[in-house]
Amino acid sequence: MKGKQFFVLGEVRDGHIHSVTFELTGKARDLADTCGGTVTAVLLSGGLADDPETLLRSGADRLMTVEHPVLSMYNQEAEVKVLAHILRQERPDVVLAPATTSGRTTLPALAAELETGLTADCTGLEMDPETGLLLQTRPAIGGNVMATIKTPVRRPQMATVRPRTFRAPDCSNALPRGEVTRPEIPPELFESRVVNLGFERAEDGGSNIQDLDVVVSGGKGLKRPESFRMLEELAVLLGGGVGASRPAVEAKWMGYPHQVGLSGKVVAPKVYIAAGISGAVQHLAGMQTAGYVVAVNRDPDASIFRVADLGLCGDLFDILPRLTERIRKEVGAE
Amino acid sequence: MKIAVLIKQVPDSDDVRMDPETGTMVREGMGAIVNPLDLNALQAALDLRSAAGGEVTVITMGPPRAHEALRECLSMGADRGMLLTDRAFAGSDTWATAKVLAAAVKKAGPFDLVLAGEKATDGETGQVGPETAALLGMPFSTYVSALSLADGGVEVARTVEEGIQRQFLPFPCLLTVLHALNEPSMPTLAGKKRARRTEIPLEGIVSIGLSPEETGLGGSATRVVKISYPTISRTTEMFDEKRIDEGIERLVAVLRDMAVI
Repeated sequence: MKGKQFFVLGEVRDGHIHSVTFELTGKARDLADTCGGTVTAVLLSGGLADDPETLLRSGADRLMTVEHPVLSMYNQEAEVKVLAHILRQERPDVVLAPATTSGRTTLPALAAELETGLTADCTGLEMDPETGLLLQTRPAIGGNVMATIKTPVRRPQMATVRPRTFRAPDCSNALPRGEVTRPEIPPELFESRVVNLGFERAEDGGSNIQDLDVVVSGGKGLKRPESFRMLEELAVLLGGGVGASRPAVEAKWMGYPHQVGLSGKVVAPKVYIAAGISGAVQHLAGMQTAGYVVAVNRDPDASIFRVADLGLCGDLFDILPRLTERIRKEVGAE
Repeated sequence: MKIAVLIKQVPDSDDVRMDPETGTMVREGMGAIVNPLDLNALQAALDLRSAAGGEVTVITMGPPRAHEALRECLSMGADRGMLLTDRAFAGSDTWATAKVLAAAVKKAGPFDLVLAGEKATDGETGQVGPETAALLGMPFSTYVSALSLADGGVEVARTVEEGIQRQFLPFPCLLTVLHALNEPSMPTLAGKKRARRTEIPLEGIVSIGLSPEETGLGGSATRVVKISYPTISRTTEMFDEKRIDEGIERLVAVLRDMAVI
């Protein structure tokens, strides 16, 4: 293949292609189009339940699928070995992978195996028009600044990206391009010293806030854990869920599955309401792609207002109940 | 059972500055603590030592003052400390750091088990653990929230997005751990006394057998090219205290338009 090669290491859970795979394929397509490159998506699984052509519709020129029983549940050692084999053969310029627990486990080991660099949790990726290098931007040091990082010499240039950081392309009308291939993998690469013993699915503990249209989040400004009931009430009326800032989770007012931000979840709901959250970059990195952002804060200079479409500046203990009542009336009137 | 715990000294607040020239952190003049998750790793090592006997060695790479972090671990009950400090390590990215730690683990070992926090509060990459494991050729696991000894290895529970994954890893192996694993104990007075008496060997680039091209800025695969203060911004319709009702009406109208209500 000619031009730069972009690889997306997709994620498959229980045979289904995880949405982050489409987000990264779309992003890789955009990057490849700036320099006449090609996009390959790689899927490791115990057996694909979804039609792999959907990825070809979202911008991949080629899909490589590897299916083996040992990959039916996440196995870091087998993944690293199989992917290292593929990447050594294909020698791509750029590798993108999800910053999920699996990606954040496989990728560092894979990068070390290939003797190259890796940038975690990128929120921005672009090609430098001058050098042709991938510019990898991520929040740094507690999320108060953004660092742009490059991998000048070593290849591939590797980056992980949190789910929902980029939007998946709308490919409902797109025609599939390219081909599906099944690379030959030497059987010994599927051998792993790590033995999977089982999986217990957790009951939902706020873990689904990434999939909701509305997220109502609270921070230190809520002052005490009980105040989160106000947010729950509002969230239920809007058909949404409750999120929390890192300080609120560290204070144990809400569980970790609710944490929005760099060190928690990245959410991209239609509507994001932030109450009593000042807006550290570490939080903003987790919600900046929301469709419409509402901020409730008493401090008119709080950074959260800079990323808000609508700001309500005042005492949240006064504003939230009024807002909830008004919406209750609106919903009830229908 | 011989256990190594990899720790990092981190700033004790989010108020950190960057050197605009190198893009690396300015550590001088900052209060410093042991990275919280590394204390969970240390506690796990101490618990395993109580159950199975053995020795716990705490290893860190950092400036000379990082010996404070090692002392704290010794006062919690670790047996030995090792401080990797050398100008040649400065500016290391995660890969270059992992090369130093892997070399140190080889030198101080062999170990049955290597433990570390899942990530540090400053960099938040979570990469050094898996990278070190890869360089050591050890099986590894991450996000460990429970662990127990099993025949010839450990059984771990990994907390991942959709639940708990259970795995077995044979010794020697490397694990990165989460806060949920345990509650780190406080240093004891006797521990503090012992920590003061314990010699902490200093190791440099030569003594762990690395060359300058392998570590520090020169041995790093990545470069920070720019530090910026985020400019994400939207046009905000602001409603102050006197216009809250107006703001609420506007919001209701928007929510209706977006078919949220």
